[in-house]
Parts: sequence; structure tokens; C-alpha cells
Amino acid sequence: MQERQALGGKVLTVPFKVCAAIVLIGLFFLGKRFIFGIGSVTNMNDGYPWGIWIAYDVVVGTALACAGYSIALIVYVFNKGEYSPLVRPALMTSMFGYTLAGISVIFDIGRYWQAYNIFLPWLSNLHSVMFEVALCIGTYILVLWMEFAPTLLEKFKAARLQARLNRIIFVFIALGILLPTMHQSSLGTMMLMAGHKLSPLWWSGFLPLLFLITAVVIGYAAVIFESLIASVAFKRPLELHLLSKISALMPWLLGLYLVIRIEDVNLRGYLPLAFEGGLLGNLFLLENLLLLAALLILAYPNNRQNPRLLFIASCAMLLGGSMYRFNTYIVGFDPGTGWRYFPSVPELFITFGIIAAEVMAYLWFVKTLPVLPKFTKA
Amino acid sequence: MKIRRRDLLKGIAASGLLVAAEQSPAQAKRARKDLPPNAVGILYDSTLCIGCKVCEYACKQANNMPVEHTSSKEVMWDDPQDLSAKTLNIIKRYGVEGPKDTVEGFAFIKRHCMHCLDPACVSACPASALVKNPENGVVTYNKKACIGCRYCQVACPYNIPKFEWDSPFPEIVKCQLCAHLLVKGGISACCAACPTGASLFGPVEKLRSEAKRRMAMEPGEYYDFPVANIDGTEVQQHRAGAYVQHIYGERELGGSQVLYLAGVPFASLGLPELPEDSYVALADGIQYAIYKGMVYPLVVLGGLIYIIRNREEKKE
Ligand code: SF4
Ligand code: SF4
Ligand code: SF4
Repeated sequence: MQERQALGGKVLTVPFKVCAAIVLIGLFFLGKRFIFGIGSVTNMNDGYPWGIWIAYDVVVGTALACAGYSIALIVYVFNKGEYSPLVRPALMTSMFGYTLAGISVIFDIGRYWQAYNIFLPWLSNLHSVMFEVALCIGTYILVLWMEFAPTLLEKFKAARLQARLNRIIFVFIALGILLPTMHQSSLGTMMLMAGHKLSPLWWSGFLPLLFLITAVVIGYAAVIFESLIASVAFKRPLELHLLSKISALMPWLLGLYLVIRIEDVNLRGYLPLAFEGGLLGNLFLLENLLLLAALLILAYPNNRQNPRLLFIASCAMLLGGSMYRFNTYIVGFDPGTGWRYFPSVPELFITFGIIAAEVMAYLWFVKTLPVLPKFTKA
Repeated sequence: MKIRRRDLLKGIAASGLLVAAEQSPAQAKRARKDLPPNAVGILYDSTLCIGCKVCEYACKQANNMPVEHTSSKEVMWDDPQDLSAKTLNIIKRYGVEGPKDTVEGFAFIKRHCMHCLDPACVSACPASALVKNPENGVVTYNKKACIGCRYCQVACPYNIPKFEWDSPFPEIVKCQLCAHLLVKGGISACCAACPTGASLFGPVEKLRSEAKRRMAMEPGEYYDFPVANIDGTEVQQHRAGAYVQHIYGERELGGSQVLYLAGVPFASLGLPELPEDSYVALADGIQYAIYKGMVYPLVVLGGLIYIIRNREEKKE
């Protein structure tokens, strides 16, 4: 089995302190939200009942956190064990991403003190897509912690517990593949209900499928991005051979996505909207051009060996995929009757605070826990 | 013969593709919903409305709603600009000076919950805080169940549910067809107060035929119009308006229990043009095609557990 090590080193570095400051500002506004109501810190309104807290923290955030899902998919299902050095860091990103998305939902929902209502059998609405998403994400957060538990147990040398967990871990791994497949596609299904309020450039019967593909695409891109950054930041050798191999999958996935995405809009007769020069049309083009650019870069095996091009391609996928999701939830959404929405500064700071908390947790974990693969300086 | 992992995998992948092929999103929708047995509703006739806003006042009285000051703090009277967490019912005026009920002139419209037959809000709500009464079809809200996720607001095609943004303990607010008056055998306050019969309460079937009767009238001639309650006794004589030959709410998104008649196209009254199948039916259909009542996910889970356990065992 692959050996891992904690990086060690000082935890309280400058980036760590900057993040802590952002978290504090976020906490201040959060206090305000709980005392004076959601309207006192956000620009959300009756026309735009969901703002960046849902669109970014949950819808984009959990896609970025699909790193663990995407890697588990190839490692376990397609039996490519060679990728397993990527598993732990990916799982960890997922664990943080999902946990924080779960926490940010509590900030967002108005009647958080009775959030458990949806899980009371006599109140659960089995027909609600939101119910399915909440149940799947909730369970998945637990599953991620269970999947990550061996790392913690390794650290605390709890060998007995570790052995016991290892005997049943396959159930959690299986759930860890099924649950994201379900809720990531359902995040798309959710916006089907918006109907005529969502621009036809985004509203489509294919929303569930397109959301699922973007989750996988963004998940892989996050693995590549994170691995490259970690190598540079912590001065470790590049895991290039692995990264270039998983990147070989991407052109296929991106190709499939783009064909469905464009052909769907075309068949419904709305493609001309994209070229009218309006904001929505331009965003639609930009979103798809970014993904196309990634496809073109990664289609050439030589490019996949080049860390710089890999990095650019992963950024394009992260941006393009996230934009698709963001546009579906916010920009393409128009309730009519003149409503407008642009996030307020406090609202943004709460989101920044969540991102900063994630970075802090990442730094702390990789330095103190055996997450990254071991290497010895040659 | 032992099933090999790869074969099993292929099987799972193939069944996934099959679902996709068999159910293209456009066909996947479930059947429409029927009218509940004792469905009641409101027929609002824009041509009879004089814009007096008595119904707004009556609605606030009956539902203990606060006065809303939108233009300035000095204005003493209630002046909502739109539906809000303080206003369940509003009369809006569309157009300019000129003859009433013409496109060049102006016309009124009354906005509140439509009490849809296949309500998006009810289907969206994860906590069953919004429910449609199976008897009379009224869509009511239960704050004890609501978690404040606001999916109902995103889902409602008419932007009806409103949220108390400035409260630390917010609620969703919407017209509940005066359900508290209905249980006592009464009718909705807005209809009871309406001086001309523009807002008419009654069983939906009867309201539909009444709407058809009106559309067949000779414009400008005098006819009898029931006032307040179609099953009541009060009747007034009015000149028939030149009706657009369309009952808004009869078929829109599977139909609703609130119906509109007007002398101008509904699009010019801020009512969106909508398909006859609800988005709910479409979303439900797609969810069902993918999950077949949770059977597919369980099969896939079984397959995954099998594959992964095999692999883990081999590793040891
Ligand atoms: S109009 Fe909106 S709030 Fe009223 S029943 Fe229909 S979906 Fe629900
Ligand atoms: S805000 Fe309340 S009523 Fe609306 S969907 Fe969420 S839980 Fe249901
Ligand atoms: S039915 Fe009742 S709550 Fe609804 S608009 Fe009329 S008076 Fe208001």
C-alpha cells in the first residue's frame, strides 16, 4: 500500500493568518444575519430568493468538492489502483467542501432551528427534489468523514478501530460513488421547476445529465489544479504521470457534454439567442468556449505532459463548469417584474469566510495528518 | 459460471444508457392532475373591476396583515407596490390614460395565489409545509414545518410566496384562500368585499361555466352578474365587456382554481404565457425515469458494493 506522510512544518503561516482574518469578518456579518434577519446582510429578495450562498457555496462548491467522487470513480469502479495516491487529498477536499456547503445551508435557510423537519417521516416530502438533495448531501457528508477516518485513525494509531473500519469501508466507498451521482444530477433537476423563469439557454430537460457531467469534469479539474498547486507550494515533485493519465479522459467527457449542451439548445430552437450579443448570450458562449478550450488542449497527448498547459486546461474547466452552474441558478434566472440581484458586500464576505475556512483546514490537515503521498528526496 | 466484475459493470452502464434512450426528457412527464372533488376558487373579471382596492383592505383585515408604506413614511395609508410579506392580495393597473379594458388604455388585474391544480410550491417544499387540501384544493402553509429554504419561491411560476427578509424568525407568506373563513362556512374576504362582483367566489366547476357564459355575451349589452358568491343570492346588472376569448388559469400549467377574465391580452397584464403541462409534471417524470422509485439506485448500490468488496479482498 502507498505510504503517506504528514508534511509537518509551521501551521501559523501568513496565508493562514490572512484566512483567519477573513473568517472573522465573515463571522461578524453572520452574527448580524442571525440577529436581524437574512435581509439585513444580503441583497436576496422575493424575486431572487436564492443568491450566492446557494449558487456558489452549495451548487458550485459541492461540484468543486467532487474531486473525491471523480477519483473514487476511476480508482474503484474502473479498477485503476495506480491513481490511489490522489485519493486521500481528493477525499479531503471533498470532505471540507461538502461539510462547509452543509454548514452554509444552515446560514441560508430562514427557519434553521427546525431544519430537521425535513427528515421527520411525517413531514418529509418524497416528491421534493430538494428533499432528495438534502438527504443525499447529508448522508454523503457522513460517508466522506467515514472514508477519511482511516487517515485520522492512522494518525492516532488506533489500529484496532482501523482494522474494524477497514472491514466495512467498502460500503462507504460504494455510497460515496452512488450518492454524488444522485444529488449532483438532482441539483440540475431542481431548476427544472423554475420553468419559464429560467432562460431557455439553460432551462432544459437535460439539466440533470448536464449537472452530473459538470460535477465530474469540475471534480477532475479540481484534482489536477490542487495537485499542481500543492506540488509548487510545498515544493514536492509533480504527480505528472498520474495527472496526464486522468486528463486523457477529459476530452471525451467534455466532448459529450458540449454535444448535448449545444444540440439541446439548438433543437429547441434557441441557439440564435446565443449570438444576439446580450449578456446571457455572451455568457452562454463564454461558458462553452472555456470548456471547448480545455478540450482542445487536452486532446493532444503531448499537451497533457506539460504542467503549464494542464494547469490552464484545469482552470478553464473549473471556470466553464462553475459558470454553467452559476448561470443556471442566478444569471439565467429572471423572475420578471423588474427584480434585480447582485450580492452585497457582507453577503460576499460570508462566502469568502467559508472559502477561507476551507483553505485553513486544508493547510492544517496536510501538515499534521498523513494525507499526501510520501516521497524521499533523491 | 461466475459473473465477472467487468460484465457486471457493463450491465450497469448499459442499463443507465437504456434509461437515457428510452426516456428522452421531452416525453418524460406524468399525467395531469384533476380538480379536487369540492374545489373552490375565485373568478376575477378584470372588466368588472373598478380598482377600488376594497379587496386589498378586506384581505388585510381578515388575515391580520400590517399596513405597508412603500412610497414614503409620511403617507398614512397602505400603499403596497406588489405582493410582499405584508400584502397577500393586490390590485394592479396596467397601461396609460385612455379607455378602460383596451390595449391603448388601461386595465386592472388582481394578484394572489392561483391555487394551482399541480402546485409547484407544494411539490418543491421538502418539509411538506405547503400542502394542497385534497377536498377543496386550497394550498395552505404551515410555519411549524417550514425550514425557510425558499424553494417554493423559486418554483412558483407566478412568484406568489413571499418571505420575511427582515425577521430573525422569518415565515413564508401567501394567500391561503382565507382557509380560516372557509372552515367556518364563509367565503374569501376579498370576494365578500368586492362591490361589483369582479372577484367572485365559488366552486371551480361553476366558475368555469360562468366564465364561459360571460365570454359568449354580446359586448355592451346588459346581463345579470352574481356578486361575492356564485352560490349566493346577490346579483347586479352590468354591461358585458369585450372579453378576450381565453380563461387564464383554466389550462395554464395544468390549471388553477383562480381564474381570470379580461378585456385585454393577459400578457399585457403581467401574466406569463405558459404551457399546459406543469413543470412539476415534467420534473416528476424525469425523476421517476431516472430512479424508478429508488429501484435503480439500490441496484447500482448493490453492484458497487459487490465490485468494491471484491477489489478490497483481492488487495489483502
Ligand atoms: S400560485 Fe404559486 S404559491 Fe399558489 S399554488 Fe400555485 S405554485 Fe403555489
Ligand atoms: S421555504 Fe418553507 S414553505 Fe417554502 S419550500 Fe422551503 S420549507 Fe417549504
Ligand atoms: S382569498 Fe383571502 S387571503 Fe386570498 S386574496 Fe382573497 S382575502 Fe386575501
